[in-house]
Amino acid sequence: MTGHVVTGSTPSQNLAGRLTHFFASRWGIILVGAVIGILASLLQYAGNPPNMGICVACFERDIAGALGLHRAAVVQYIRPEIIAFVLGSTIAALLFREFKPRTGSAPLARFVLGMLAMIGALVFLGCPWRALLRLAGGDLNAVIGLAGLVVGIAGGVFFLKNGYSLGRSYRAPTATGWLMPIIMLGLLLLAVFKPSFSEGGPIFSSAEGPGSMRAALLISLGAGLLIGVLAQRTRFCTMGSIRDVILMGDTHLISGVGTLLVVAFIMNLLLGQFKPGFAAQPVAHSNILWNFLGMTLSGLAFTLAGGCPGRQLILSGEGDGDAGVFVLGMIVGAGISHNFALAGSPDKLVDGVLMVGGISVHGQIAVLIGLVLCVALGLTARQRVSA
Amino acid sequence: MKTIDVCGLSCPEPVIRVREALKTLDEGEQLEVLVETVTSRENIHRMAESKGWTVSIVETEGGFRLTIGK
Repeated sequence: MTGHVVTGSTPSQNLAGRLTHFFASRWGIILVGAVIGILASLLQYAGNPPNMGICVACFERDIAGALGLHRAAVVQYIRPEIIAFVLGSTIAALLFREFKPRTGSAPLARFVLGMLAMIGALVFLGCPWRALLRLAGGDLNAVIGLAGLVVGIAGGVFFLKNGYSLGRSYRAPTATGWLMPIIMLGLLLLAVFKPSFSEGGPIFSSAEGPGSMRAALLISLGAGLLIGVLAQRTRFCTMGSIRDVILMGDTHLISGVGTLLVVAFIMNLLLGQFKPGFAAQPVAHSNILWNFLGMTLSGLAFTLAGGCPGRQLILSGEGDGDAGVFVLGMIVGAGISHNFALAGSPDKLVDGVLMVGGISVHGQIAVLIGLVLCVALGLTARQRVSA
Repeated sequence: MKTIDVCGLSCPEPVIRVREALKTLDEGEQLEVLVETVTSRENIHRMAESKGWTVSIVETEGGFRLTIGK
């Protein structure tokens, strides 16, 4: 077998090599965690919803709403950040010769895992990124959600240690790797031109509620592109950060995720966005059990699929078709969540009286079914991989 | 020298499989690992070095070949 040495006696010294080396280092992931923490707080300051400067699950849910996959009028908007995460990843992958179209690792299972992850996330009202941002904004319910996330990830690690695998992916035709970036470019066109396809039909755009709260499109795009590039270079993954600690005591990723939390907390203090408490937190409910179980389901589904929702977007941008299928599963899952009233209802203050939110019986049953499906997959998906 | 091919496996399966394979090596034996992505290469590199192994990496047509030894 021929090839050139990457490390060893003659380490690569060109600029791309040095950058790759830096971003793979502890300081690289810490820097990126800090950048995401700053940008997330600033995006909220610039108009995104409270404690939701960035939320991959919520923003994909908003996109699902804008496309008419659900009709919850308060959460409909083609969020530019999601588009930009994927395109930023594509740009970075192309620049660093890491754009590798690949697919074939149980795509249907990944689609279902994406759906279940979204159902769980919308019961909690946030993905792991938002769980951190909610905590950084003083929402103490996020502690419960993060605890559930850890338990779900620990369950996934148990299955991984016992041979869980969705099997290999394989190289795919180049064009297939471009499908997710092209889909995102299509969404960008829809976001910019806001065409109307039929009377009373999509593209929908919230006039009130979280979907109506948005930073300017170019700000969202710019911040998203920067995060997309940096996350692609560092493999930033919220789920992976906890999984690696549980699995092998590796604190590399969590040093970046921890930095995100601390920096977002400091930024929120500086910007007056820190409001500690449990009750009536923005776009959140204070139901302890279902905050916990919702994120348990999400954490388990993310672990079984090999990445948090942000990481799946980044992978889809660098040509991973299986990650793209997971993303599409999440978007469809958002439609199901709202059409079937599975998503959590936030706490509200009505005339000074706290109306505690929570989730419906349907949502509770959906979470339990999701957990059963994930456990069944974890126990039975053991494709033997020859050396 | 033992060889293990972890191409195309989702994170963190490559690291898990390499870590298990390293436990089976005899004294002085090396492990050759075939990986497809830079992510897997970095993760395996970091894990192996943290456990005191030395890693050399060669780029191949389909990815990378890591040689892990003491």
